[in-house]
Amino acid sequence: MDVHGRGVVITGASRGLGAALAQVLARQGARLALVARGEQALDEVAGAIRAAGGEAHAIAADVGAKDEVYPIAGAAASLVGEVEVVVHNASDLGPVPLALLADTACEDLERTLAVNLVGPFRLTKAFVGPMLLRQRGLVVHVSSDAATAAYPRWGAYGASKAALDHLARIWAAELDGTGVRFFGVDPGEMDTAMHAAAMPDADRSELAGPAEVARKVAEMIADDAIPNGARLEAAAWGAAR
Amino acid sequence: MKPAARPRDDARTTRLLHIDPARAELVDGTIGDLRTRLREGDLLVVNDAATLPASLHGATAAGVPVEARLAGPAGDGCWRAALFGAGDWRRRTEDRPPPPAVGAGEVLRFGGGKRGGGPAASRSRGVAAKGAAGSPLRATITSVDAASPRLVSLCFEARGGALWRALYRAGRPVQYAHTDRPLALWQVQTAYAARPWAAEAPSAGFALTWELLLDLRRRGIAVARITHAAGLSSTGDGELDARLPLAESYEVPADTVWAVERSRERGGRVVAVGTTVARALEGDAASHAGRLVAGAGTTELRLGPGLRRSVVDGILTGVHDPGTSHFALLESFAPRALLLEAHAFAEERGYQGHEFGDALLILG
Repeated sequence: MDVHGRGVVITGASRGLGAALAQVLARQGARLALVARGEQALDEVAGAIRAAGGEAHAIAADVGAKDEVYPIAGAAASLVGEVEVVVHNASDLGPVPLALLADTACEDLERTLAVNLVGPFRLTKAFVGPMLLRQRGLVVHVSSDAATAAYPRWGAYGASKAALDHLARIWAAELDGTGVRFFGVDPGEMDTAMHAAAMPDADRSELAGPAEVARKVAEMIADDAIPNGARLEAAAWGAAR
Repeated sequence: MKPAARPRDDARTTRLLHIDPARAELVDGTIGDLRTRLREGDLLVVNDAATLPASLHGATAAGVPVEARLAGPAGDGCWRAALFGAGDWRRRTEDRPPPPAVGAGEVLRFGGGKRGGGPAASRSRGVAAKGAAGSPLRATITSVDAASPRLVSLCFEARGGALWRALYRAGRPVQYAHTDRPLALWQVQTAYAARPWAAEAPSAGFALTWELLLDLRRRGIAVARITHAAGLSSTGDGELDARLPLAESYEVPADTVWAVERSRERGGRVVAVGTTVARALEGDAASHAGRLVAGAGTTELRLGPGLRRSVVDGILTGVHDPGTSHFALLESFAPRALLLEAHAFAEERGYQGHEFGDALLILG
């Protein structure tokens, strides 16, 4: 979908991939509603986009909180009009430092599922109705290789992302042919604050920059030929094209 | 008619009474029967307005409690609002004390202190929620209605994302004394709610699930939308209530005009989901010599007996008692005698009234 002039919501937009994707889509003329818990960091991202001539609005909210779903949806629709693209990028890593499942508090797992699975489900529910009326829309789920590989100590996060992948596939199956499309993307290992929290000893020079991955995700958003329900890997995106 | 006191758990259980004015016939069923009550070529038009957290509790500059219920948008960051005195939705609007006298230029403060209570208020969590829980929403009264001083225009100080965040934090859904518990915002949204324009929910749409809507489309029954800023249904002030509905904003998208024309060409019927949709479509046509034209506008059109309809053939609506203004609106679609007969039939069969109740389809 060409995002020029269209309303786009990005969660987890105050840093990392979300902030980088906001910058790329703003340059393409998208009207952005940016969501994150950290108000100050979010305001800085939105302010920088506006200063560069783009359109971005900050909606400080917690996607893991049920009460905040319709406030997010209502504010986004008021600020950018028809929301045509939703990017579920916000993620909770689970216990930090990472922990074995046997040592993971139930509350940590619940919080991770609330942000990474239930939050995207609720937000999609709030945005997909108007998309179905218009018979046009795109929902992007940001996943992880931890969704497919059973990495020790990534239990809460990996389980939430595996469930998110399946949620996305079922959304796609149920709404196939309605004009509303879904795809998931595994961005690969990136040099972000989340990666540093998970793997503080990693060699950052070997990690992809979020800006580079954001450019690929923006290309995927623009590509209407991606099959509905597909799960893409950013690392393979350049080669595939 | 017994009012439904709370949202129903499963919209599919909504009962549907089909009133056919052409045959003077009543058919008792459930909402899923729309699949057969409508036919290929018909068009269902919904109001996609999301419901605002339009009830704001606060205080005047002198500290006197006041509730403002947003009634309709009036420009960037500004709304028309009806003011109420002490108390809340638990007391019938006509039993509420009048609001304190306010004048243009006066500043009202909302939220930041005692909240309306209910699930949303108690469950709010997370960094963002904690950060601004104490910051009040401030609005300046810009004008006071000459005939009814409880009807005002006000403008909030905040704008953009900050305004919406504060409004959603301070506001609660408007509700009335026939409901039995505080409503959460998600309980007053339709399955297709988009821009938050409605002071009260476009509740005829509560009965519609996506399973049903997608099934109707598969059967060649189109579904299109308008946005209509549904206002308040009651203020408790008899003189002001007699003026309701006030002028309301609406928007008709170009693809809805196209859908209406296409339905007409195919011999289909246009069915409004709720009186707000009928008001927007007929109001728009009335201001364009009987022709539906895409765009935004405001309408003061009153539905009622004798209205010559030029767009809408039928209506899906809630069940309301004779004597209420809503009942009179339906006389645009069927003769009063048949509506009275339908009401008695529905009451006898245990239909429930008001916004969370059962449904009527008036279509011949």
